[in-house]
Order: sequence, then C-alpha cells, then structure tokens
Amino acid sequence: MVNKENDNFRSVTENPCPMCMPLGAILPFKGIENAMVIIHGSQGCATYMRRHIAEHYNEPIDVASSSISERGAVYGGEDNLKKGLDNLIQLYNPDIIGILTTCLAETIGEDIERISHDYLEERGLGEYPLIPVPTPGYGLSHSEGYFLALKKIISRLARPTSGHQKINIITPNLSPADLREIKRIFTLMGAQYTLFPDISDTLDSPYTKAYHKIPEGGTRLSDIAAMPGAPATIQFAHTLEDNLSPGHYLEAACGVPLFNLPVPIGLEACDSLLEVLHQITGNPIAGSLLRERGRLLDAMIDSHKYNAQGRSVIFGEPELVYAVTRTCLENGIKPLVVATGSRNKNLFALLTGKSGNQLIDTRFLSEADFTSIRMHAKAKGANLAIGSSEGRFLTEREDIPLVRIGFPIHDRVGGQRLLSVGYTGTTMLLDRITNALLEDQQRHYRLNMYLNYFSGEQETR
Amino acid sequence: MIDMSLSHVGASLVEERKSSIQIKGQPNPALKCESSSIAGCVSQRACVYCGARVVLNPITDAVHLVHGPIGCASYTWDIRGSLSSGEELYRLSFSTDLKERDIIFGGEKKLAKAIDDLVEKYRPPLVLVYSTCIVGIIGDDLEAVCRAAAGRHGIEVLPVQSSGFAGSKSDGYKAACDVLLRLIQPRQERQPAAGAMLNYLGDFNLAGEAWIISDYLRRMGIKLNVVFTGDSSCQALKKAAGASLNIIQCAGSMGYLGRAMQERDGIPYMNVSFLGLEDTAASLRRIAQFFNDAGITKNCEDLIAEETKRVEAEIWGYRQDLAGKKAAIYVGGGFKAISLIKQFREIGIDVVMIGTQTGRREEYDTINRLVDDGTVVLDDANPTELEKFMLQQGADLLVGGVKERPLAYKLGLAFIDHNHDRKHPLSGFAGAVNFAREVHDTVCSPVWQYL
Repeated sequence: MVNKENDNFRSVTENPCPMCMPLGAILPFKGIENAMVIIHGSQGCATYMRRHIAEHYNEPIDVASSSISERGAVYGGEDNLKKGLDNLIQLYNPDIIGILTTCLAETIGEDIERISHDYLEERGLGEYPLIPVPTPGYGLSHSEGYFLALKKIISRLARPTSGHQKINIITPNLSPADLREIKRIFTLMGAQYTLFPDISDTLDSPYTKAYHKIPEGGTRLSDIAAMPGAPATIQFAHTLEDNLSPGHYLEAACGVPLFNLPVPIGLEACDSLLEVLHQITGNPIAGSLLRERGRLLDAMIDSHKYNAQGRSVIFGEPELVYAVTRTCLENGIKPLVVATGSRNKNLFALLTGKSGNQLIDTRFLSEADFTSIRMHAKAKGANLAIGSSEGRFLTEREDIPLVRIGFPIHDRVGGQRLLSVGYTGTTMLLDRITNALLEDQQRHYRLNMYLNYFSGEQETR
Repeated sequence: MIDMSLSHVGASLVEERKSSIQIKGQPNPALKCESSSIAGCVSQRACVYCGARVVLNPITDAVHLVHGPIGCASYTWDIRGSLSSGEELYRLSFSTDLKERDIIFGGEKKLAKAIDDLVEKYRPPLVLVYSTCIVGIIGDDLEAVCRAAAGRHGIEVLPVQSSGFAGSKSDGYKAACDVLLRLIQPRQERQPAAGAMLNYLGDFNLAGEAWIISDYLRRMGIKLNVVFTGDSSCQALKKAAGASLNIIQCAGSMGYLGRAMQERDGIPYMNVSFLGLEDTAASLRRIAQFFNDAGITKNCEDLIAEETKRVEAEIWGYRQDLAGKKAAIYVGGGFKAISLIKQFREIGIDVVMIGTQTGRREEYDTINRLVDDGTVVLDDANPTELEKFMLQQGADLLVGGVKERPLAYKLGLAFIDHNHDRKHPLSGFAGAVNFAREVHDTVCSPVWQYL
C-alpha cells in the first residue's frame, strides 16, 4: 500500500510550502506582450508578491494595486479599482490588463466581472481586454492560480481561427531558461509554435541602454487569439485537473487535440515530447537532439553509482514534483518524501500508477508544510533535497543538501537561468544533483570512515 | 515647476501624485505625506500587517502566529536578518491557513486549537496572534480567543490588530507598539531609580547591529536593559519599565512607544542614530550627557576616539574615489533617510533624490533642511517616478529595498541594500565603514564600464 498522508486536519501550518493564489496568477500576465496586472485588494498584497517575484527573477516586477483602505472595505472597492485602472493605463499604457482579486475583495463580495464590464463601457474602451480572475488567497494555491489565469486569458481572447501550423505550448511556471530551451527544441524539430505564457524575455530581460517599464517580449495577443486554429496543444500539466486546464478548454471548446505531457525533465519525458512532435509534424527527430539524448545517457551511466546513494526529498509545485520524481527514479535515486503544498488529486496517483513498486517506501505529503516535510525527511534519513529555496531549513537544521529548482529561489542568484528541461537541461540538472551527493559524501567521508571502522589506539583526533 | 512629463513614452505622471513630489529650493506648499496610497500608481508600500510583523518578529522566544490565509505567513517567513543569541522560535512562520469554510463559519475555533497545539509543542512564554485583512472582515474576536488561551495556558497570548487594509505600514508599527505596551509591566510607584540603565528602541538586530551598540554602551559603563525588539525575549521586554532612559533609533516605528512609556512609566526618551560616524559619535555623547557622570563621559570619549581611529583611514580612502558622486535614496522610513543624507556626506556624496514610503511630516521638514537646493523629495513614490527622477537628476546610485534593486540595475545604477534581509551591519563605527565599503564596491565596480 502506498503511504499517503493528507495534512488537511491540522489546525496550524508551520513554515508554509505554497504561496497564495493571486501570486500564481500574476505570472501568466508577465508572459504576455505589453501586459499589466492590478491586484484588487489591500496595498500590501501587491507589494509582498512583487517582492517575492522580484527576488527570484532579479527583475523589476511592477504590479498595481487598487489599494483598498478601511473605507473601501466598508463601502466597496469599485471606485478604487476604476481609478486604479485609469492610473495604471496612464502610467503604463498596456494592451491587456489582468484584474486579480484577493481575500479582501472576495470577502467583501466585489463583483469584478461586472465592474470591469461597467468600466469598459463608462470609458468607451469597447473590446479592450480586461481579464478578471477570481483568486482569493484562501482559495487554492499559487499553482492553481497560475493555471486559472491562463485559462481565463485564453477563454477571453481566443477567436475562431482557421487552421494554421503553430502548435500551442502551455507550460507550468518554468524558468525563462527552460522556456528558451523548449523553443529551441521545437525549432530543431521544425515545429512552429505559440508558447503561452512566454516569460523567457520578460522575466529574464537583457540589459539594454533604454529601459522598458514593461519588458519587451511575451506572447502576442494575436497569437493567443489564434490558439483555436492550432493543429494541437502540447501542455506540460500532466497532473492538472480538467476544470483548471487551458489545454482541456481548447480541446473541448475549440476542438484542438490535447497532448497533456509531463514537464520534459528526465529521459522518458523528453522522449514523449519528441514522439508527440514527430507525430504532429511528421518530421524525424533532429540529429542534434539525438546526440543530446546520447550525452544524457552517457551522463546517466557515468553517475549511476553515485546516484544510487541518493535518498531524496522532493517538494514543490505538482508538475515539477512529478517530473523530478520520475527523473530520480530513472537514475536510481530513491524518493523518500514527495511533497507538494498544493491540493492535487492526480499527482500521487499518477506517480504510483507509473512507478508503484519503486515508491513503496515513499512518504507522500499533500498540502504539506515544511515542518512536516522536515520531520519525515529526518525520520527517513534523506541525504538530498530537491526543490525551491524554501527548503533551506532542511540544510540548516538537518544538514541535508538542497538542489535548487523551481520557484522561488531567493537565497541564490540565477533562478531564472536554471536550465532543467530537454535532454541537455536534464543532464545539467542531473549533474547538479549528483554533485550535491558527491560534495556531501566528500565532506563527511574521512570522519565517517574513521568513526565506522577505526578501532586502534586513539591518537590525537 | 516639476516637469511631470514622461517624454520617452509620451505620457505623464499621475496628477494626484504631484503634491507628494517637490524640488528643494522652489516655493512649495507642504509635501503631502502620511496619506493613503493612490490606486493604480504601483506604490512600493506594504500593509499594516507588514509593519506590525517587522517590529515584533525579532522577539526570539515568541510564537508568531498569523491568523489568516497562507500567503501572509508565506511571504514573511524568515526573510529578515534579525539575529538571536538564544531562542530561534521566531524564525518559524505559523499560520492558521484559513480556507473558504473558515471564511464562512469563522476562524475562532481553528485559531484556539492552533494556539493550543503550538503551546503544547513549543512551550513559548508568548504567543502573538496577527490579524490579517479577512479577519477584520469576518469579525473573529481575537481579543476573546487570546484572553481565553492565555487563561488556559498561563502565558501571554496577545492579539496584534494588523488587518492589512486598516491603514498603512506605520499603523502596523503602532499596533505593534500597543502590543509591547501591554506586555511591559508598568513601573511601580517608588520603584528605585535604575542607575545607568537604558532601553534601546528601534533596532532589530539585523546582522548583529544591536550587539554592536550594546558593546559600545557596556564600554561606556551603561547597562542595556532590553532592545526593542532585536534579540529580545518576552521576559526581558516585560521588565522594560525598570530602565532610566529610552533611546530611540527608528523613530518611525518606535517613537510612539517611547512617548507612551514616558507618559505611563515616567521614562524619558531621546532620539538617537547610530548610522554614520557623525551621528554615532553625537548620539553616544548625548547619552553620556544624560547620565552626567564623569566616568561615563571619559569612557565615551575614549571609545569614540578609539573606534574612529580604527575606521577613519579606510573610510577616507573610499571617499577619495567617491567624492562628487550623486545618490538617490528611497527607503521605508524618515529616520533612515535622514541618517543616510549625513552618511553620504561623510563620503563626499550628494543626495539628489530622496523619498520614503512612510516618512512623517516632521521628518520631511528635517530632510528638506538637510538637502541641497534642486534635490527632488518625494513621498510614496512608484517605479515610474523613481526611474524618471533618478535619470533626470543624474544619480549614480540608489539606496533601497529588494523591490527597488532590480530597477536600479536595469537603469545601470549602483545600488545599496538598506533593507531587512541584508547580511552586514550598518550601525555604529563598524557599520559606517561597511557602508562606505559597500558604496565603493558598487559604485566603483568594473561592470559599469561595459554598459
């Protein structure tokens, strides 16, 4: 039997794993060309989220707030929101604006659909894309907020479009470097695409002489509108439920075939992506990608005995957890604790379905916090953790080395540049993992061997 | 007149913001400050909860429990560099993680259970329960829940009235001070004078700053009773009324507490600053003066001479390279901004733009007195204004927090981290040399020549 635990009954969360729903919903808007976001709520919500996101990407993160005050909380925040939109448009002149709610707005019953409708009418803005997304912080986690925003944007912008060649690519929150790699793979496979969201430039923008308040890049609105004409959608959201799935929406409402794949980290997941691309385009697998695949295999062989020592804790957003857990299993690293802060029905079922007998001793934690992750990691004797910076107490308190991946990474530089997808990205991730094990082993090797085996006369030790 | 245009984008700043921006030397009405942020302007300010949490979080042996949705606890978990010489409980972030059903049915029972569980697990002397936006709306009675829990467990359980929307970050400071006042046992009548013993208010022991100041005081022959709130414990805070003087560094957050303790406990207070050589020396002298003791005065002069000698040459060296550079300042409070003007002067740098998130009227008056004509002064600025005025004023560097840092870098400007998660002290003589070194490191870095 698989050992599952739902921590839902607990009264208190210690060191939270997830972030709140509106934070997740900001990110897709940051991946659209010339877009802005306004958070309908207290001023602090926008500021906390900006700070959290800015620290990861090392990019300015401008997000407006309707700055609801005591008066707004009593009489409603409609005027604040409308004024906020006016000011935001004056300062940034965006082509699309996301309106995200918060705990406060939802609790006082703000109807943002109606307010945005009225606003467009009052200002004579016609079809201007204002995209309201209900994201109460007490609702779901940031991971679901992310996908809900994507779905709302697509369902609002998508137009009946005659068939074209651009495959829809929908990703969870991956690093800008990962997105660049996915685009490279598609290009090598001779596949045209619409990547949405595309933060590869907007949240990892090059230094230029002229500063752009809204960074250049991002998915074009016209490309999002044309997504219904795509030959297929490739969505890296294997564990996502249909009601939140943008790819499912495009399939059900517009008839675009959906290939819902795991994030292409790990040999098998990369193979699946290339098989699907081959199937859709009819193109053979590019020779250079086959050589990259061969190099990954070479790395897997080179490192397999080191990796066999790995006893890992894996935590984070469900899609990443799935992909990293599979990658560990491919390489003989035992996943001892697999945890997500989100509530996700499919993650553990899919993992055990695919690799059941390899996960017999694995502790699964849903809606986890870091204190429970730490407790189980310690009890199981983990020697490796893979996840975001939030797992840093595993190192500080339990001396378990942490390989950083995902969001947020705020105690190291370069989270936006970490490459982990594709054969090459997987090779780089695997090297980071193996090297963490090697460093740990080398740090403890002499003393451990001495303590284990030396039984002679104690000299000066 | 202030040029409000944004020439490169053919737009302009928001008209309503105009009264919060001034140029020193021009005939100006009073700068608009201490008012609500304007919607949609992308203010850099945080909320009431943030202000309260910043002030109280350094209490090391308290359980800091956020009654609210997960985000509020998530974004404030161990993000600040306050150090402890003992307990580490304050580095954990606890949340009742309110969900939809709690919003509908109320969160009081969940909160009571959370307190019980935490007390059983950690046995803290103090539980601080922070209110968040929704708690203010759904009307959970924190006061009653906390009082009942305090009775059950025989410890201090105090609510922090920090619903995010109910004011600004400074209202959060006040909420925190109110909690501290409840915690401090009032001074008994006829309590004997404490001798040379003081409380130090408004230092959060970032990178050990309170330890540096504590060492100076000890060498002067003055006993430090307790710091508010860096490296403090519940027990020590309770006994704060035993001191004979309160010195206040961060007046924006702690001035209120100082005034209240003067009124209630009859303890006089004195505003000090340990940022920069000049302010540090002047503050130490004023403290010595207060105690009017020949020994303390001599120790004070010896200390200033010794410490100044230790760092002077190094700072002078940096000054050679930095003289004539121009600084922009955008920080949280007025106290910090004021100190920075003087500190920059010590290393030959002029301030050309200065603003704060929550500066008070009298602090802006002081700023206005200190800066040169032509300096742009602004309250509750946004990225658009910061960009415009830093470029227009030809700033070489910006001092700010985490959100401002990438903006400076994208504009090709040097940057000084004057925020709560920095890892180096900026207080006292040691801090002054760190500051000068940091300015030198960033302004004189070779990277800029490649831009």
